[in-house]
Amino acid sequence: MTALTVNGTRHEVDADPFAPLSDTLRVGLGLTGTKEGCNAGDCGACTVLLEGAQVCACLVATAQAEGAEITTVEADDPLLDTLRAAFLARGAAQCGICTPGMLMAALDLLRRNATPDRRAVEDTLGGVLCRCTGYLQIIDAVLDVARGNVAPAATDGRVGASFPRVDGAPKVAGTERYGADAAPDDALWLRAVRSPHAHARFTLGDLDAARDQLGLVAILSARDVPGRNAFGIMPDIKDQPVFAEGYVRYRGEAVLGLLGTREAVAAVRDADLPIAWEVLPALSGVAAALAPDAAQLHAHAPGNILVRGHLRRGDAEATLAAAPVRADGTFRTSFVEHAYIEPEAGYAQPGEDGAMIITACTQAPVMDREETARVLGVPDESVRIIPTACGGGFGGKLDVSVQPLLAVAARVTNQPVRMVYSRAESMASSTKRHPAILHARMAADAEGRFTAYALEGDFNTGAYASWGPTVANRVPVHASGPYRVPNVLNRTRAVYTNDTPAGAFRGFGVPQAAIATEALVDDLALALGMDRWEIRRRNAIGKGDTTPSGQVLHASAGLPDCLDALKADWDAMLARVAAHNATHRRLRLGAGIACMWYGCGNTALSNPSTMRITLARDGTLTLFNGAVDIGQGSTTVIGQIAADALGLPIAALRQVVGDTALTPDAGKTSASRQTFVSGRAAQDAAKALRARILALANAGDGARLSLDGTRLTVADAHTTRILDLVALDADLTAEARYDPPTVTLDADGQGVPYATYGFAAQVALVRVDTALGTVKVEEIVVAQDVGRAVNPLLVAGQIHGGVAQGLGLVLMEEFIPGRTENLHDYLIPTAGDMPRIRIHLVEDPEPEGPLGAKGVGEPALVPTAPAILSAIRHATGVRMTEVPVLPHRLMERLGGGEPPPIPLPSLAFGV
Amino acid sequence: MSAYHRPRTLADALAIRAATGALPLAGGTDIHAIRTARAGWGDPWRPEILDLSAVPDLDGIAETAEGWRIGARTTWTTIAESPLPPLFDGLRAAAREVGGRQVQNRGTIAGNLVTASPAGDGIPNLLVLDAEVELASAGATRRLPIARFLTGYRSTALLPGEIVTALHIPRCDGARSRFEKLGARRYLVISIAMAAGVIRLEGDHVADVRIAVGACSPVARRLPALEAALTGLHPSELPHVPQPAHLAPLTPIGDVRASAAYRSEAALVLLRDLLAGFAR
Repeated sequence: MTALTVNGTRHEVDADPFAPLSDTLRVGLGLTGTKEGCNAGDCGACTVLLEGAQVCACLVATAQAEGAEITTVEADDPLLDTLRAAFLARGAAQCGICTPGMLMAALDLLRRNATPDRRAVEDTLGGVLCRCTGYLQIIDAVLDVARGNVAPAATDGRVGASFPRVDGAPKVAGTERYGADAAPDDALWLRAVRSPHAHARFTLGDLDAARDQLGLVAILSARDVPGRNAFGIMPDIKDQPVFAEGYVRYRGEAVLGLLGTREAVAAVRDADLPIAWEVLPALSGVAAALAPDAAQLHAHAPGNILVRGHLRRGDAEATLAAAPVRADGTFRTSFVEHAYIEPEAGYAQPGEDGAMIITACTQAPVMDREETARVLGVPDESVRIIPTACGGGFGGKLDVSVQPLLAVAARVTNQPVRMVYSRAESMASSTKRHPAILHARMAADAEGRFTAYALEGDFNTGAYASWGPTVANRVPVHASGPYRVPNVLNRTRAVYTNDTPAGAFRGFGVPQAAIATEALVDDLALALGMDRWEIRRRNAIGKGDTTPSGQVLHASAGLPDCLDALKADWDAMLARVAAHNATHRRLRLGAGIACMWYGCGNTALSNPSTMRITLARDGTLTLFNGAVDIGQGSTTVIGQIAADALGLPIAALRQVVGDTALTPDAGKTSASRQTFVSGRAAQDAAKALRARILALANAGDGARLSLDGTRLTVADAHTTRILDLVALDADLTAEARYDPPTVTLDADGQGVPYATYGFAAQVALVRVDTALGTVKVEEIVVAQDVGRAVNPLLVAGQIHGGVAQGLGLVLMEEFIPGRTENLHDYLIPTAGDMPRIRIHLVEDPEPEGPLGAKGVGEPALVPTAPAILSAIRHATGVRMTEVPVLPHRLMERLGGGEPPPIPLPSLAFGV
Repeated sequence: MSAYHRPRTLADALAIRAATGALPLAGGTDIHAIRTARAGWGDPWRPEILDLSAVPDLDGIAETAEGWRIGARTTWTTIAESPLPPLFDGLRAAAREVGGRQVQNRGTIAGNLVTASPAGDGIPNLLVLDAEVELASAGATRRLPIARFLTGYRSTALLPGEIVTALHIPRCDGARSRFEKLGARRYLVISIAMAAGVIRLEGDHVADVRIAVGACSPVARRLPALEAALTGLHPSELPHVPQPAHLAPLTPIGDVRASAAYRSEAALVLLRDLLAGFAR
């Protein structure tokens, strides 16, 4: 037994003395507030205080903590309480998975130094990774505490108010439950054995003998899948097996499932299992997969082409051929890892007659239910999905991960089963952003008006389809950017390879396309001697304009306003760059600009949400909200919308979120659709409930409601009525469904793919060390048309987080299967890598959206990478065509260690 | 399960080490990460552990007749926050660049050395400090210069019965040191390349200079030809001296962080920056 003193209480715990303290706290003592994100000291999620100093609990052997004072997020501490309040007020917790680590790191600092400056705060938080917030709100929260400047808890939750997230309290208390935080006591542990080979055949030996020899409850394989051994996002492409059947198409594919005690499954050496591998040559990258003699990876995909996307309007080729100004280029992007700090985790509980309950982190409970039911061979209704808190998603938790594995294991053993992915497993097996090779061409007339655009794009969809078709179809619609372009020809392919499956990641291919297109826009400006802002403003798509899909934008098209909002920032940035670079040779500043548009919701497909709101006879007001909040704040925003529409304060509203047995289908949390689609459904449902209440009270439209226990007061100009809810025959319930109006795309991509679009522009200021090729982003100014900012605090958090991911995409993130399967070789931005960010919110209301609102989350990411590339080019004269722009890649293009000449060619444009 | 030893005296620790060959564990920042990396691909690793955290007198920095003794278990934070002369400025700068604050609070100077990673941020600094490593075994204590202790990529001259107990830094009155690190992000980053240097002036000319580069060869290397070229110069001349030929001892590789060619270029720039810092 080891004696540990945690938060002032002494515990005796039976643990391997070598076991990480994080494990012992979580498993041995049940203190699950301390999170495990990597178990390697790379992410800091498990940060606790040991004798007052912050440490990664995953790097401390339990024996080493004996006798030491351990402080965790569960501690009762006045300074910690102040930090918690500051985090809530600042929106510093989004998904919340890094929050305990951030709080502990901040507590360590503030106990040592009560008045730290910003640099000291960054230094102390530098060891904790956050993937949601972009760090700025966290840093500000800590500085607020240091300055005694914590904002009082907001009370105004109306639409338009910066209201702290309604689900924030448990995130800062450490009581939020994520996928790995709870499971039935008698749950078995499941560990997947995954292929170490990208392409191989295999045969299995005697699994039963191995099971007995290794002391396991079961070893699962494809033979144990009771239903169809297949899953996949597309209704007609279920191409991925739960357990591989004699053949694997990527490194990380599940082959076996080990079931037993936690210790037993962890003790198994994969090499000791009876798997005989025959390794095959792997098709890595699209060029290999498209080679004439390449192996065909799927029977349904000749030439390894999963799907083609196409859009044609006007005659792009003829216009390009005749244009006075043309630009073209070939651009390459990498696999990008979602790097949510919470690895996939959850548990399954089997029931009678084929029933199965899966409690796990997810972005898409209803889709998980369909996938799991198919694998089990039971009707959808037999499966219930209960989402845990989701410690980051960004598209990566739209696909199933643990769910089918858990379901099979729980069915086979008829026992509860739990599973927690390791970081390596999460990174090797889960989907990524599609690497793209984009050949783009663009033309303008002599006045700088865009006349034609053409794209040929190949997207590496990896071993399985996942969201590949979505990317291949979304990109052609968006590729020419948010501009008036009369002649467009876009052709895309999603190509199967033996790489990690690529799927959904914030932007579905649009961020990749924007990198190519915005570079060409800069090329055209340079060729024409135009300012880069000017050429964008001249071509910015707006109200009344027609998109390349033939869709006329009738409303909420605020890109011109976004650009106008940035003009002063742009001019100031250019002036600053010119002044600096006139006297500095090595450290060069550069200013860049980029625009984006993004259709909210599925591409030309129905994607309805249904919401139900109930005022019960006991006085409880409940929104049955099927929209999973993955940290972006949909529970808060949808709650604000519903409460406003009903006419009661958000404090009166309780929510049931995402449980497929309790909530109607609100679709998946993707494509920036929840505020827009689910928010609208919630608004409609709440309006319908309000109409029933007003009818019952015989009150006019403008009546004010107030709820006190079971007494509902309805007051209008003439009279005040009190409804006693207890006396009603039934609870008052209203339900509404909203499906954004779209029109199917024809063979040329013509139609109405989206009901509304988000628009944004960003300008970036970078500092390039031309001797080392390093880039520091100094400032980003964002102008974004959000329709209506339901909650400006949360909107800012989405924008900061989007900028951080865009910055990572362009400067450091490169997932290489088998090489960067951890968070020290795969780099995401830290607290010290963020620029200053200023935001101009443009609110051009969307008539379809709730109170004018539309999607925010993905649009924030898209312009960042091209704006930074534009700025690098301004600083150095180099148009980078491959991301990430690692220092060595930039140096190769800069051409050696000597500083570039003054003036740079790039300074001819934009100044 | 393999044994886990946590002795309370050095004598006990050495006896256990001699008898079992158990793996010495101090800050754990590398050992736990290795365990996780192996477990991630089904290779559970639970070696017999010799936990040194309860052995007295293994940490802290003490001034001695010949210079300084840095206990093996001294953490980066202790190094960063100790009052030390300018000779240690480079090592202290490195102490603030190793991992994040969490790792600096646990990771030890001897652990960084024994791990013998090409990218260990402490190692080029120890090389230019002319440090010696103190190795204790049940029967004896010996000292080795760092360059002899590090025998190759992740390999050292540590014998099966030995434990690193301290590092010894000789006095170099009036000298100061600097450190330059290059990574692809601000915090928590493995070095692409790094440079460390110690310099001692007599009058306004360089009397002693020691320069090393890390992450550009299996083991961080001193650059004797560059050191010779710098000796006797005025500080303002130093940044102009480094030339590609001075990098001859280095054998950089290309990996996920950078190409080999870039590492050479960057090493040269870091050296010039390092020396420019001495000129200021």
